[in-house]
Amino acid sequence: MTSSDEALAQSATSADTAPGSQEPGAARGAQGRGTAPTGAGTWRSRLYRWDMKASPYAFISPFFIIFGAFSLVPLLYTAWYSLHHVQLSNLDGQTWAGLDNYTNLFQSDFFWNALKNTFTIGVISTVPQLIAAIWLAHMLNYRLRGSTVWRVVMLTPYATSVAAATLVFVLLFSPDTGMINWALDLVGIDPVNWRESDWGSQAAVSSIVIWRWTGYNALIYLAAMQAIPADLYESAALDGANRWQQFRHVTIPMLRPTILFTVVVSTIGATQLFGEPLLFGGVSGTKGGSEHQYQTLGLYMYDQGWIVGNLGKASAIAWSMFLILLIVAAVNLLITRRLRKTQ
Amino acid sequence: MRTTARTSRRAMTFAVVAALATGLLAGCATDDNSGSDGGSSGGAGNKGGTTLTIGTFGVFGYKQAGLYDEYMKLHPGVTIKENVTTRTDVYWPKTLTRLQAGSGTDDIQAIEVGNITEAVQTQADKFLDLGKEVDKSQWLDWKNAQATTKDGKLIGLGTDVGPMAICYRKDLFEKAGLETDRTKLAAQWKGDWSKYVDLGKQYMKKAPGKTKYVDSASSVYNAALGGEKQRYYDKDGSVIWDKSTGVKKSWNAAMEVATSNMSAKLKQFDQTWNQGFANGTFATVACPAWMLGYIQEKSGDAGKGKWDVAAAPTAANWGGSFIGVPTASKHQKEAIALAKWLTAPAQQAKVFAKQASFPSTPSAYAGLKPQAATTTFFSDAPLTQIFSDSAKTIPVQVFGIKDQPIGTAITDTGILQVEQKGKSPAQGWDAATKEVKDVLDQ
Repeated sequence: MTSSDEALAQSATSADTAPGSQEPGAARGAQGRGTAPTGAGTWRSRLYRWDMKASPYAFISPFFIIFGAFSLVPLLYTAWYSLHHVQLSNLDGQTWAGLDNYTNLFQSDFFWNALKNTFTIGVISTVPQLIAAIWLAHMLNYRLRGSTVWRVVMLTPYATSVAAATLVFVLLFSPDTGMINWALDLVGIDPVNWRESDWGSQAAVSSIVIWRWTGYNALIYLAAMQAIPADLYESAALDGANRWQQFRHVTIPMLRPTILFTVVVSTIGATQLFGEPLLFGGVSGTKGGSEHQYQTLGLYMYDQGWIVGNLGKASAIAWSMFLILLIVAAVNLLITRRLRKTQ
Repeated sequence: MRTTARTSRRAMTFAVVAALATGLLAGCATDDNSGSDGGSSGGAGNKGGTTLTIGTFGVFGYKQAGLYDEYMKLHPGVTIKENVTTRTDVYWPKTLTRLQAGSGTDDIQAIEVGNITEAVQTQADKFLDLGKEVDKSQWLDWKNAQATTKDGKLIGLGTDVGPMAICYRKDLFEKAGLETDRTKLAAQWKGDWSKYVDLGKQYMKKAPGKTKYVDSASSVYNAALGGEKQRYYDKDGSVIWDKSTGVKKSWNAAMEVATSNMSAKLKQFDQTWNQGFANGTFATVACPAWMLGYIQEKSGDAGKGKWDVAAAPTAANWGGSFIGVPTASKHQKEAIALAKWLTAPAQQAKVFAKQASFPSTPSAYAGLKPQAATTTFFSDAPLTQIFSDSAKTIPVQVFGIKDQPIGTAITDTGILQVEQKGKSPAQGWDAATKEVKDVLDQ
């Protein structure tokens, strides 16, 4: 789940760079012009002018160089591959396929199954996760003893590696010896085969995601909550609003932009879900269970590309995922606009 | 004053940016050729000799058996560096792309038996022909055959092989009222895996505690198929998996296991499988020689003297590797010499002594000495005898490019659905068929 980090990093950098290339540059330019020595040689003023024009670009260039080399070029290359029959063992022997890879894909049950799994796992991991995060943030927003400790504890799952966390969850969910089935047994529920049952495996994978990301989102909410002016709560209290009403009518509306942000980031993360189901599956985890019951799009792509060695098809899956993300982003944008208008 | 401070600060920033940028570029540049000649410019400069790199996966045992140190002592001009990738499914795609790019490969590349056919059929021109360099007769015929192209080129030298036996819990067998003597037991199931499965039905009638007869249906399938001549492809390279007699026989044996409650329903190499050894939840497992150490480690002291080894129903192979020299190597002569030395019978025997990787060179068999601890763990069974008898009689098998994914489709989809989800064998077969189709789909 580095995906949401990436998304964060990208949104952060794009926010920095967009204004950075214009406004601060212009401001610095004015400053530079003011301090430039007037008669001390034109090369120097030229250097200054060159500096103020070029240096902003120089500062932002590392990101774009890396982005170009490791994102843009592979992205375009993948598009090219997706239009060919390419085998991993014969990269030079590619033959033109047109849209064959895509039509095969859209006729393949495995693809639609993976898409469906990605969606359902995404929903059952994101929704509880964000609700729990808001609730946690709300609790932590009260004056608590040792609030820093609670916050650090909350962020610990996020700092744990996917591999370590998943391996522990695999043990917890182990059908015979796992703690979860043991606990279910105590309350008289039949043991669940967490890896092979349909909803059970999806719930298990989602629980890893929820465990890892709830604290992280809670901290984001908490930061936003602390930015809400206290007088809003005071006047609400004066009007006789109880805590629930305050939460409902002050906190939630003020958090709306933050909620949208976390929804977008979590959606992207859910679409790219890979590490948790892969490691949860153990040996041959790329299959996502014997009936592909928790094979996400990311897993299906990896399986086709690196295990089966069918790079053309894997590239087509990658591009389909990319297009799906674009659609999701567009829907998000529409909703955001709608919400802004109603505000 | 003020201006100079600002200029110097600005100069500093530039310097930092420039340093970062060059660092990045340099990073890319060194990464490009670190594999093949990073040594000749770096490490070798000090000694004035050659640095050979060898790319391996898992635990190959060369380093553990001290072979690199020994070779470097014998050849003072040579330094050996091993690049290890833990997982084969990560190692092989990486190696494939590097071979085709013609850069980044090591001087010697290890190839797992599951990938050797793909290497033979698609990468033969990327490897040197080692057939002229060695005396081929020192290897098992079927081992050489796996690494030989149609026009007779030998692209890899055999390292270890995985002859199979049955590892069984003597104590559990006794409680279940079964034969415990390894030779008599082997005689009971000799020649047919279905006899081995039949014995399982007998075991389950008086099974001690909650124990099962075997770890999984897939392991029976793999073991049975490991001794079949006909697998997923025919000699011309067409896929015949659904008509193959070998697949059918092995599938039927696995279905017997999956539908008769004799399996612990574990997935091999999963955490729960490891625990199965420690808790003694199953009485037998088809074990290639390299698995002995694994069983010993996972069972711990509790299993000592309780496990025994008997010959498998058929002589079968599971696993083993090769080492080849890519044409991209800058030190081909030295690399060939090292590869020859590493795979020579004497060295293979040393690796066996260290970690029970079974040699692919029969002349080493007479002098093989398993570790004393291993022998006592397995009730003083004549390990060398059992495994070398198997290794010598394994048939030459026909392999194909997508053997590995087809096999996974059958075991991890077809068999697993029957074993763990209660599907009927027919449903399992259909699911496997669909999966194989997806695998073979261009």
